[in-house]
Amino acid sequence: MTPTDMSRPADISTRQPDSAPHRARDDADRRGFDWYVDKAVQLIVFVGGISAIIFIFGIFIFVTREGVGFLFEGFDLVEFFTSPRWMPTSSSNPTYGAAALILGTASVTGLAMIVAVPFSLGAAVYIGEFATGRSRETLKVLVELLAAIPSVVWGFIGLSIMNSLIVRIFDVPVGLNVLNAGIILGLMAAPIMTTIAEDALRAVPDTYREAAEAMGATRWQVVWRVVLPASKNGLMAAVLLGVGRGFGETMAVLMATGHSINIPDSIFDSVRALTATIAAELGETAVGSEHYRALFTLGIFLFIITFLINLTADLVVRGTGDR
Amino acid sequence: MTAIDTGQHQRSADEGLAGDVKIDVRNLSIGYAGKSALRNVSLEIREHEIFGIIGPANSGKTSFLRALNRMDEFTESMTVDGAIRFNGRDVREWRNAYALRRRIGVVFPLPVGLPMSIYDNVALAPRLSGIRKKQQLDDIVERCLSRAALWDEVRDRLGSLGSLLSGGQQQRLTIARALSQDPELLLLDEFSIAVDPVTTMRIEDVLKELRREITIVLVTNLVQQARRLASRTAFFLMGECVEVNDTEAMFTGTVKDPRTREYVEGRFG
Repeated sequence: MTPTDMSRPADISTRQPDSAPHRARDDADRRGFDWYVDKAVQLIVFVGGISAIIFIFGIFIFVTREGVGFLFEGFDLVEFFTSPRWMPTSSSNPTYGAAALILGTASVTGLAMIVAVPFSLGAAVYIGEFATGRSRETLKVLVELLAAIPSVVWGFIGLSIMNSLIVRIFDVPVGLNVLNAGIILGLMAAPIMTTIAEDALRAVPDTYREAAEAMGATRWQVVWRVVLPASKNGLMAAVLLGVGRGFGETMAVLMATGHSINIPDSIFDSVRALTATIAAELGETAVGSEHYRALFTLGIFLFIITFLINLTADLVVRGTGDR
Repeated sequence: MTAIDTGQHQRSADEGLAGDVKIDVRNLSIGYAGKSALRNVSLEIREHEIFGIIGPANSGKTSFLRALNRMDEFTESMTVDGAIRFNGRDVREWRNAYALRRRIGVVFPLPVGLPMSIYDNVALAPRLSGIRKKQQLDDIVERCLSRAALWDEVRDRLGSLGSLLSGGQQQRLTIARALSQDPELLLLDEFSIAVDPVTTMRIEDVLKELRREITIVLVTNLVQQARRLASRTAFFLMGECVEVNDTEAMFTGTVKDPRTREYVEGRFG
């Protein structure tokens, strides 16, 4: 600020004391209560905003530090990605093959998406395009409530209800398998995907719908030919975020997969997920041991995968994929 | 001045075209959640005429248009009473409202370029009605874009996004799209609101041509636009149809209601 600027308000206030009697005679240099409140709020908001970034970096650095030693010493890249033998506790020859775990996570997530995508997109289209008034609001609240069910509850449903159902219906010895976990995970991911997909549909301007309906398009034609193409980026992002959720989910998967190391060749095979492995084993390893660091390597891998999925989702929303 | 003269000349030359009653409105009242927007309007629109509707904001012009092709059904709170006969049959009796809307094209005040290619914008309505053959679609697209005076500007880039065109081009695209459904009746709601004067004049020329084939209802807040285009004009004021008259009579002072004269002379509104 130049001196002239600063003197100006003071001039005005001294010239017109009658019109603003409450104003101090020279407030040009006085920083009042409001000024400090403003600065304080700015600082708090800044700290809040920056802390999210700091925490994420902190987590990344911590996970990397714990796992990176293993990456350089005992790590065998080929073994990690191709061997199904995850035997960290073997006393003679511990092996760290994550192939079965990766395939376990991938198969469960894949099946979950087959379950969740039609359900969630269907629900989003119904809520966003067909339902009206009260039923629409009720459905939205219900879907959001579903999203708030803790994952351990879903795991419990998988363990107790789905387990016996699958045994009875398909006549298989064990009901804790890819099918069970896939359905549970699909039902878990569907509400979040529905909410995001519905937001994407809502972002399509009503003028598009009106223009198409005025041409004699039926509701379904409007949805199929105008709304869905216009919102495809957002819908893709919803699906990708669901995939990310599936990859990262731990408790429900731990409870519903059967948690046995296995490369699945049918949906009735029990598997073990990356996340569940970390959750189940980390508490029983000696800090700093090879096993401990191997688990953190799994963590790095998971971190990279979810980061890539979320990044892709973000790029898709911005429509970078289009051009 | 010359433009108006040509308009008059053309209008008298075309006078023979206007024929049977296309739209017959009797005691039409429209409300939104109990609030009245239009009260007891009765008028008729004849085949092959450009029927103008003028009036200040909030006088019920747009509500009137929306009732004509049952667009009121999109707005839950909107209620419509009275009879609207299209080709002699009450529009509420059409069991297939989509078929009704296909015969009545609409152009909204702000251009809506759907987020698809120019070609697909115009081919949308034909495709909706089941036309699949490429050759046939190509013909329709070219014909409609030509009739909307847009073909020459976009013929080399039919594949680019319709929403990337300029405002005036998008409005002509909207008109081409409305024509692609082969309507008998075209409703235009203040189409020139987002369009520059030169493009407005081009579209007006297009409308004069179209009049030979279809009936046009033109809602406008530009009094002179109604004078240039419409053979008969209705004056709406605060939900009331003050008068329906031959446009020339209305503008040369032979009004039925003094409020009309004040409005067309620009004393209020």
